[in-house]
Amino acid sequence: MKLLVTFSRGRGRKPIIAQVVRDTGVLINVERAVIDSSEGEALIDVPDDQCKLVKDSMAGLGADVRILDHGIHHNESECVDCGACISVCPREVFTFDDAWRLRCAEEKCILCGKCIEACPHRALSLPV
Amino acid sequence: MHKTIEQIHEHIRDGNARVVTAEEMPAIVAELGEKGALKEVDVVTTGTFGAMCSSGAFINFGHADPPIRMERIWLNNVEAYGGLAAVDTYIGATQQSDTLQQEYGGAHVIEDLVTGKAVELRASSRGTDCYPRRTITTDLLLENLNQAIMCNPRNAYQRYNAATNSTDRILHTYMGMLLPGAGNISYSGSGTLNPISNDPKLRLIGSGVPIFLCGAQGMIVGEGTQHSPAGGFGTLMVTGDLKEMSPDYLRAATMTGYGVTLYVGLGVPLPVLDIDVVRATAVRDEDITVDIIDYGVPARSRPSLKKVTYAELRSGIVDLNGEEVRTSSLSSYRKAREVANELKDWVVQGKIPLTLPTRPIDPARQARPMVQTAAGPRVLDIMDRSVITIGEEVEITSAAKKLLKGETNHLPVVNDRKELVGIITTFDISKAVAHPGKAHLVRDIMKKKVVVTTPDEPVDLAVRKLEQNNISALPVVDAKNHVIAILTAMDLGKCFGGRWLK
Repeated sequence: MKLLVTFSRGRGRKPIIAQVVRDTGVLINVERAVIDSSEGEALIDVPDDQCKLVKDSMAGLGADVRILDHGIHHNESECVDCGACISVCPREVFTFDDAWRLRCAEEKCILCGKCIEACPHRALSLPV
Repeated sequence: MHKTIEQIHEHIRDGNARVVTAEEMPAIVAELGEKGALKEVDVVTTGTFGAMCSSGAFINFGHADPPIRMERIWLNNVEAYGGLAAVDTYIGATQQSDTLQQEYGGAHVIEDLVTGKAVELRASSRGTDCYPRRTITTDLLLENLNQAIMCNPRNAYQRYNAATNSTDRILHTYMGMLLPGAGNISYSGSGTLNPISNDPKLRLIGSGVPIFLCGAQGMIVGEGTQHSPAGGFGTLMVTGDLKEMSPDYLRAATMTGYGVTLYVGLGVPLPVLDIDVVRATAVRDEDITVDIIDYGVPARSRPSLKKVTYAELRSGIVDLNGEEVRTSSLSSYRKAREVANELKDWVVQGKIPLTLPTRPIDPARQARPMVQTAAGPRVLDIMDRSVITIGEEVEITSAAKKLLKGETNHLPVVNDRKELVGIITTFDISKAVAHPGKAHLVRDIMKKKVVVTTPDEPVDLAVRKLEQNNISALPVVDAKNHVIAILTAMDLGKCFGGRWLK
């Protein structure tokens, strides 16, 4: 399960992710992270059965944690099945089926947003 | 053996014509042989659906009361051409909105009209004795326009070179988003289904031939602009009635960071008259080759990194210098198939007449580059030759003095062979003074990654380097990496001194 963790560095610059790995013993996979001097955002992947444990531990350390149920949103009525998104995606979320229709494997998505810019038809957007 | 167009008409009328798409044809020829295929197949339909920037529509609004001679015209804030009499205009697909820029343009206006949405017309005029009105603002629907005629100067490229990017930053091009370090390859075109690739000698494709254009029955006007079939890049000028078009085959689009374009669905029916037509329409993706061009080189002649076929591009992965690089298509193969299949139905049902060209298109033309009577400014025209450099082993304090004495903010740093190795600015020195530490020498504080220019580089390219790197000076180096001058933001003012403005 994917979790979006946002934290501010105001609170004594705690190594939140490292702390939670040590406290819970859960191996956290950091798929994407943007951290600057004042705040940070990390997309992490954890086993489904340990999701609540990790979420609660992080929240306890002051981070804001949101479960991501959805990857990129694919609007099929705007999509013309060109495939401009296919090669820019770092996780190979997009593929063609036998009839050259675009398929979107949402569960692989790490919400990096590259495909949103690459889509000429504005058919891809962040989930609400 | 050959067939006449009348015989094919007869087969269609009798309901026993065999019509296939250009994608199905190669297998039929392989199975039945060329003679067998000629006997069996009457018509091959082609199709393509992709970004065709050189598109637009002529519109006649009819006269208002009191009447106006429109001189400047906007449709949903997108400017349209005002030099066509009083109430005509041409709306070009790539013209961008004054307010929404790349998110809305002429292509969107055309798509909105076709989907039945109201479009706001705004126009102004000086007013004349016969046309006293000076402004008008009104909502228009496609059905209320006298004419709305799509006329596209350059569509249906025979094939198109693929694109990649060798630089270390993302490029936003008309070939889409190109990742750094040749991280992806983008391409466009329907290959085996492409109209001209199935008739490269242009025996069947020519003026007056009825075609499928965005769901309407359109027509080939003649050769497209920049038509260059000698090198395999033929194009077509086409026209069709916007009022008969369908949003299924006409879509506005935005190449982020580049601009607006129109996706056009276009197909040409090819009557199978003789063995030459059979051979031409047996073309496969494997037979059509394009270059992979490096868009990282900002010049007209960009280097080709490799030749590939549409089959390789469509496989999703191309080997580029030993690395597997993923490909993206900008055109839709599924929609191209849809066009060819719909056109097939039209032919079978006798909905579209099959005719031979009333005037041929030259299959041997070669487009030429622009003849430039005046070259634009180059770096050597405006660069500052009185550049001061500094050695890497010099004390920071001496560097500070040199900056003050030279009244400059940038000091290129050179080694003992006089080669450029770094650059320091007043900012770097201030920082070193404000936070005194171990740094004593220029070498310790200089930036080693220096963005440079050369004397013969066009100034426009040097300006992009300044903007993209958010810097204000570029050392000018020769072939031996010796600093011969510097180009600063101040030197750019010389471009406006009259010499380069006519």
